[in-house]
Amino acid sequence: MTATPGAVHVATDETGVTAGAARAKAFASLVSRSGAVAVLVVLLIIGAIFDKGFIHLDNLRNIALSASYIGLITAGMTFVIISGGIDLSVGSVFALGVLTSAFMSEYGSFWTIVVTLACCAAAGLLQGAIIAWLRLPPFIVTFAGLTAARGLVYYMTQEGNLVPKVPGHKSFETLGQGTLFTIGWPVWICLIVFAVGWWLLNRTAFGQAVQTVGGNDTAAELMGLPVKRVKVLVYVISGLCAGLAGILLTASSGGGNEARVGDQYELTAIAAVVIGGTLLSGGVGSMVGSLAGITLWFVIDNLVTQGLQFNPQDELVVSGGFLLVVVVLQTLLSRRAATVEVH
Amino acid sequence: MTAVTPGEVTSRIRAPRITADWVRDKGVYIALVLLIVFNVLFTPHFNEFSNVQLIMRQVAAVLIVSLGMLMVIGTGGIDLSVGATMAIAGSVLGLAVSDGAAVSGGLGLDLTLSIILAILAGLLVGLFNGFVVGVLGVQPLVATLSLLVAGRGLALVLTSGGLVQLFIPGLNKLSVNNLWGLPYVIVIALVLVAIVAVLVRRTTFGYRLVAIGGNRRASVLAGLPVRRTIITVYALSGALAAIAGIIATARTHAADPSYLGLGYELNAITAVVVGGSALAGGKVRVLGTVAGAVLMQVLTSTLAAHNYKDSQTEIVQAAIIIAAVYIQRSSRSSE
Amino acid sequence: MTTANQQPTLSVLGASKRFAGVIALNDVSIDLWPGEVHALVGENGAGKSTLIKLITGVYQLDEGEVRYQGEVAHFRSPRDAQLAGIQTIYQEVHLAPQLSVARNVFLGREPHRWGSIDLRRMNRESAEILARYGIVADVKRPLGELGLGVQQMVAVARAVSADAGVVIMDEPTSSLEPREVDKLLNVVGLLKEQGVAIVYVSHKLDEIFRACDKVTVLRDGKLVSTGPVAELNRLQLISRMLGRDASDLETSRTQFGRDSEIAAEEPVLVVKDLARRLVLDDISLVVRPGEVVGLAGLLGSGRSETAKAIFGAMPLDAGSVTMNGHTYARNTPASRIHSGVALLPEDRKVEGIIPGMSIKDNIALASLDQLSRAGFVSRKKQDEIVDIFMKRLRIKASGPDQKVQELSGGNQQKVLLARLLCLNPKVLLLDEPTRGIDVGAKAEVQALVAELAAKGMGVVLISSELEEVVEGSDTVLVLRDGAALGSLFGDEISEDAIMTMIAGAAADESEAAH
Repeated sequence: MTATPGAVHVATDETGVTAGAARAKAFASLVSRSGAVAVLVVLLIIGAIFDKGFIHLDNLRNIALSASYIGLITAGMTFVIISGGIDLSVGSVFALGVLTSAFMSEYGSFWTIVVTLACCAAAGLLQGAIIAWLRLPPFIVTFAGLTAARGLVYYMTQEGNLVPKVPGHKSFETLGQGTLFTIGWPVWICLIVFAVGWWLLNRTAFGQAVQTVGGNDTAAELMGLPVKRVKVLVYVISGLCAGLAGILLTASSGGGNEARVGDQYELTAIAAVVIGGTLLSGGVGSMVGSLAGITLWFVIDNLVTQGLQFNPQDELVVSGGFLLVVVVLQTLLSRRAATVEVH
Repeated sequence: MTAVTPGEVTSRIRAPRITADWVRDKGVYIALVLLIVFNVLFTPHFNEFSNVQLIMRQVAAVLIVSLGMLMVIGTGGIDLSVGATMAIAGSVLGLAVSDGAAVSGGLGLDLTLSIILAILAGLLVGLFNGFVVGVLGVQPLVATLSLLVAGRGLALVLTSGGLVQLFIPGLNKLSVNNLWGLPYVIVIALVLVAIVAVLVRRTTFGYRLVAIGGNRRASVLAGLPVRRTIITVYALSGALAAIAGIIATARTHAADPSYLGLGYELNAITAVVVGGSALAGGKVRVLGTVAGAVLMQVLTSTLAAHNYKDSQTEIVQAAIIIAAVYIQRSSRSSE
Repeated sequence: MTTANQQPTLSVLGASKRFAGVIALNDVSIDLWPGEVHALVGENGAGKSTLIKLITGVYQLDEGEVRYQGEVAHFRSPRDAQLAGIQTIYQEVHLAPQLSVARNVFLGREPHRWGSIDLRRMNRESAEILARYGIVADVKRPLGELGLGVQQMVAVARAVSADAGVVIMDEPTSSLEPREVDKLLNVVGLLKEQGVAIVYVSHKLDEIFRACDKVTVLRDGKLVSTGPVAELNRLQLISRMLGRDASDLETSRTQFGRDSEIAAEEPVLVVKDLARRLVLDDISLVVRPGEVVGLAGLLGSGRSETAKAIFGAMPLDAGSVTMNGHTYARNTPASRIHSGVALLPEDRKVEGIIPGMSIKDNIALASLDQLSRAGFVSRKKQDEIVDIFMKRLRIKASGPDQKVQELSGGNQQKVLLARLLCLNPKVLLLDEPTRGIDVGAKAEVQALVAELAAKGMGVVLISSELEEVVEGSDTVLVLRDGAALGSLFGDEISEDAIMTMIAGAAADESEAAH
């Protein structure tokens, strides 16, 4: 950034980068990759020291369980945002998943899961197809998706008057209420989805394509990657994740969720992804970061409302403020890295 | 060209182009007129003046928020925090005007002063957004998203999480009284429409706003004050949202920070986009936005009057949004 | 090689392409032979990139055909072309900067093991590939953390590691250091030995003479000449690129006889030692009132960058700009405009017009402050000034309210000129004022520039057409690779002298390199 007269002749290292630029870039990427994890660790330590109730196993278990539904949605959202898009419809599609699975539950676990996932994947597919083939902006398409899917949910429930219950199917309820090593199934499933997501993103050709498309879709096109197919698929993944989260909520609660369930979940999911170091402009992001981001969101909530005995509204201010600090830092860091670089 | 007469050329080349442009340019007005004609013919009680007044009362707040959103979108940005800003303005108004004895922290101020304070609060939120977007360079979507979350929290904190009942004669007048048959709130909205229209079309600020959204790089090279313009746009959006917040508060006789303005950001974006302005910026249509806001409101009333359920209305709304963007998109690529 | 020589790897026959009625490429044919490096040269808008995009499936032909390995090829997308064996390296590195070097090399054809990408094999093989071409880089690091030169070399490695029949390099050396250029040319040599046909787009003469076997010159979408490099000397090649036959070089001369008058004036603009790594190397120039300073040089010589730097539109490592004796600390276009400098940008569409705005609003845009009172734009004042300039510049339109995007290129350019003239500038920086506009508009613009200078405005004129610079300038600064080679004044200015200067420097440098 500093314009010194000698800068023209700055020594370059072996790879032809100025040392300052390399340092700035490495630092910026370190902060955005590991920042959320680091803050999470610090918060856990602070919580453990100052808040007796926080570190209690029941409390941690509850945090994990309540985070796991939006956590699943966050995993799908991570793919969409890395590909350069955004999915505002996830809260509504989640609700679609919750109620479809509740209505379907009388036909047995298998059909419940298959039909629900198919519905939610179809919602993603439709939106993805409009975005990729008609080339409409993802923001507005998924906003319409948000409205339409919510409308569908209200229609299914006769304007929210129907609150379906699960008729005591043992196996289906185990999915939501069962535990493994004292930790609830939804938490395990969420972790598994994140692991699979990590694998997809980092160890498959599809993941490479998602990152490249998000970075620069013209470049991806010129490199011969199937840009349109990738764009459609990320919205299908997002729909599937939201649907799975919906199934788990129905299973764990035994139904009884109203049609407005999941309202504004998209905002939390987007916030968690951004806090996790994924750039909203696309291309750069990580599943580990998103996992840390959503955990952080719920840990902050817990510490503020339980630990500090603040009101729930203070939690919103803290979370929103935290999100703001994160995005400002990200912007400033990436800008600095860009200006230090020679071109 | 030499083989055909000029008349043939125009008819062959012009005819399809005019239709595409015409639909894009006038689409929202055509839709609105058709909908109104339909209502006049088939909807019972539609053309009673009380019903028209009701629609005006319902649309005023969304319309005012849409005006601010329109200018923000005009520069190529977006403001998701408007709903939260409405809530903040409602809370500030509630606190300022209430008696300290009735509400903890109440200031018991004069209504006019309270309203000014509430608008200032919105302006402040907007200035903050403008600073984060224009100076720090954060993407508008995330910058205003964080204020969407924090702003609603702030509104709740102000009223300690509760709802502030407001039975103030002045506020009640604002929401129920009419001027020459027109509800006060729609008069306010129309005055603001006129002001924004003048701002956009007649002032240096308006010219710059459109230019920045149309081609940011060229605007920088033409020496325009890009940062200042962007900050102003967000500040205005905040102030307009605050006015809408006051109107909504008056309508419900309460400052309800949990629900006031909830979802308004999306309604406003819908009005702007359906009104024919480009989501990418550079095309600002004030009258189109008015028509867009009215269209969505009349559509809701119509479907309700014909016993369609809210859920079905929502699905129709979604389809209209997609159609509006698609018409924009396809005619732009033909140019 | 003898067997392969029987048919060209790729032939383009009579290729034509139009965009919105404008002919971008007109009946161009070339043959690419195995083991041959084919240089493709020409100024901006000559049709080089259109030709490449037709070959690589980005665009589809309007007329003509592409034959690949003897058969007619229909590439519908870049993917098709790549699968067939046509690899392209673009000038701007089109890779994924956030992914590691190894992942970039194998992007789209990753080696798999048990359903997962085989990272170990990918890292090992990409390191081998890079090493084979003499590139040292940590393959596990994100590509974006490396220098642009290395990134460019990775793009090359990616292209050549696939079994390519044709490799197209679009200005591959524009962001490379000299020693990196040597490495790249070594890679070109290796590919040549493997029998790959190489298209080498460049405007750097020494590279063309060092590495290429044949050269095709394009101008205005048409084929000017094609043939062995050995049959041309530098001067002949330059004259073909710039649009003159060597035979009628002597004819044109500067028409102004006011040199001595101008020299007596105090300079209005003084530019000292503008520098930016790899872009500009200590450029200095002086503009006096009424003087037209031409910047001559080939594409990529730093012509446009100099104008942008003077205008404060490009970050600099060093240098100062002084207007009327004031050196301004703030380097922004707004402060430059305030001090009396105006820039007509090179790329009309991207940097100039606001497409959706009307003609009159586009014209008034930069001078809104002067046309308004208390923030309100005076319609009357705006209409007056717009009317004056629409008449003076003879802007052809249905009216001042017509949208700028509907105008022809020449009229769009006039709108931009009007925007600048409204500011009443003391110095006008004109970057390619006549590119892509029709002959009539061109003559009008040139006459306008002469008229403005005669009235005392200082002008910096940049053009890829040498004739325009020679005829229009009082002083010419000759640039090459971001550095000034020297100045020509008055009678010294001729196309011959400029081209000799460019060629001479190129010859010097390539001799020095050996």
